[in-house]
Amino acid sequence: MKQLVRLFIGVFAAAFVLLFLAARLNTSEGYSGKNTLTIYNWGDYIDPALIKKFEKETGIKVIYQTFDSNEAMLTKIAQGGTTFDVAVPSDYMISKMKQEHLLIPLDHDKLPNLKYINPRFLDLSFDKGNKYSVPYFWGTVGIVYNPKMLGGKKITSWNDLWDKDLRNQILLVDGAREVMGMALNSLHYSLNDTNEKHLLQAKRKLDALTPNVKAIIGDEIKMLLADEEAAVGVVWSGDAAEIISENPKLDYVVPKEGSNLWFDNMVIPKTAKNIEGAYKFMNFMLDPKNAAQNAEYVGYSTPNEAAMKYLPKDIRNDQRFYPDLDKVQNLEVYENLGKRMLARYNELFLEFKMHHK
Amino acid sequence: MQNRTRNIYLIPYALWIVLFVVAPILLILYYSFFDIDGHFGLVNYEKFFTPVYFKMALSSFWYAFLITAICLVISYPTAYLLTKTKHKQLWLLLIILPTWINLLLKAYAFLGIFGTYGFANAVLGLFGIGPKQILFTDFSFLFVSVYIFIPFMILPIFNALEELNPSLTDASRDLGASPWTTFRRVIFPLTIDGVKSGCQAVFIPALSLFMLTRLIAGNRVITLGTAIEEHFLVTQDWGMGSTVAVFLILIMALIMIVTGIRR
Repeated sequence: MKQLVRLFIGVFAAAFVLLFLAARLNTSEGYSGKNTLTIYNWGDYIDPALIKKFEKETGIKVIYQTFDSNEAMLTKIAQGGTTFDVAVPSDYMISKMKQEHLLIPLDHDKLPNLKYINPRFLDLSFDKGNKYSVPYFWGTVGIVYNPKMLGGKKITSWNDLWDKDLRNQILLVDGAREVMGMALNSLHYSLNDTNEKHLLQAKRKLDALTPNVKAIIGDEIKMLLADEEAAVGVVWSGDAAEIISENPKLDYVVPKEGSNLWFDNMVIPKTAKNIEGAYKFMNFMLDPKNAAQNAEYVGYSTPNEAAMKYLPKDIRNDQRFYPDLDKVQNLEVYENLGKRMLARYNELFLEFKMHHK
Repeated sequence: MQNRTRNIYLIPYALWIVLFVVAPILLILYYSFFDIDGHFGLVNYEKFFTPVYFKMALSSFWYAFLITAICLVISYPTAYLLTKTKHKQLWLLLIILPTWINLLLKAYAFLGIFGTYGFANAVLGLFGIGPKQILFTDFSFLFVSVYIFIPFMILPIFNALEELNPSLTDASRDLGASPWTTFRRVIFPLTIDGVKSGCQAVFIPALSLFMLTRLIAGNRVITLGTAIEEHFLVTQDWGMGSTVAVFLILIMALIMIVTGIRR
């Protein structure tokens, strides 16, 4: 008994000392109420050196937190209890957050660097006039493949994935809209299709793909493809860039039937505490030099026109990641299909996962 | 007077149970009656009895059963051997040790071990067996699950065996019973409670496994746990997620009752 009491007292004492030390450290480094900025972003989606630079330039301390899906981010912001000052949702999620009144309208006078953004990435359907959001990155969904493992075969279309030679060679990203969109596209339907007949047809087509599918996974897909665990993967363009930088044997293609074109934009959610700091950060990230540095580090495509000249030539001219959007056809942006349709997509996706080989 | 002081001691426990056990279950039950548009009704329950969820429940059940059965087959002899060894506590510690490491880390480690160019295939290669797909198969899923759950099966069985009075087995042998009969008629019946609590400790969490189904089984094994995760995090259909959870709770209660009955 005595020992137990001693143990408890010891643990309490240690906890208090640690708490005290942490508080002291925070104040000595300038983490106090007004002087912090909480950023809520996708994992591995910013050059850490830029955060340091921002802290040095403005004296604001950055608290950086990450999420792994738009939906998880929405749940956290909608539930409250958080103080995120800047978040980076994707297109359809921005229109959903707008609908649910979770965003603060932007004052463009405080974002002078917005002028550097390519006008093609402004005033898009999910946020007319960029009232709530400014562009961060953009990209596509496509196929990354290993020509060596496929005996030199080239992949150019979604329908190539149904080839019998690819048995057990495909890794899919664990996203209902990505996988259902792929099946819809392969049937030449829109990836925003809501026609039940078309959806069922897409589901049946996916079932036929089952023998070729090795696994349906999350972020581990990057590591597994770079390690040549499988020859083919369906991924977002930036993930592909990262995989290729690790294993240059791989190649990326946006299938010819069409695919998803997406945009991740910075927003200020209703939960923000440091709105001035949020503007400063957004403006900082829109600066061409910073945007170029970020794009080079992360591997996704920057919407910043002025940043292009700071990017190395081989990145800037890479048609796989900076396709000429006037020439590429069939790229579609996800629409916010509503809760009910999203549930239907997920249900069909779940049924596909349960389909046995 | 005495009764009252006793009631005071009860307060922390009662508070704990109400706040962290009863209230959450009631909340889950409450949410389960709302469909995706927020209308009150039994829609979710109707949906649960469609082939999709039925199949999912069945497969959860099947895999949980397999995991428990394999754990038991390995654990009983292990626990028995442990009671016979010299440094019992040391061996026991070695078995418990892996549970100190985070589950996610262990799962990631297995991604490396079971990969095409991983350790497991390198060993197979030594015997001239070409690289086989181990990752994302039923085998890898069962193997990793069993590995994770096995300490929870060994411990209660070990304790039950330790408590067994050795004079009983001696008596059985003296009276002419063969070792097998001794085991079947004396040792096993007397340790059945340890086996039961071991089975509960494995079967119930195995029923709602979800992370391993993605990491190790590559979403080729879908359990009720996966469905709950998806409904809460992706589709935002908390009603359906809660309904699945209600059925999981019911199944678990049923198992507690079945395995809890004393002879």
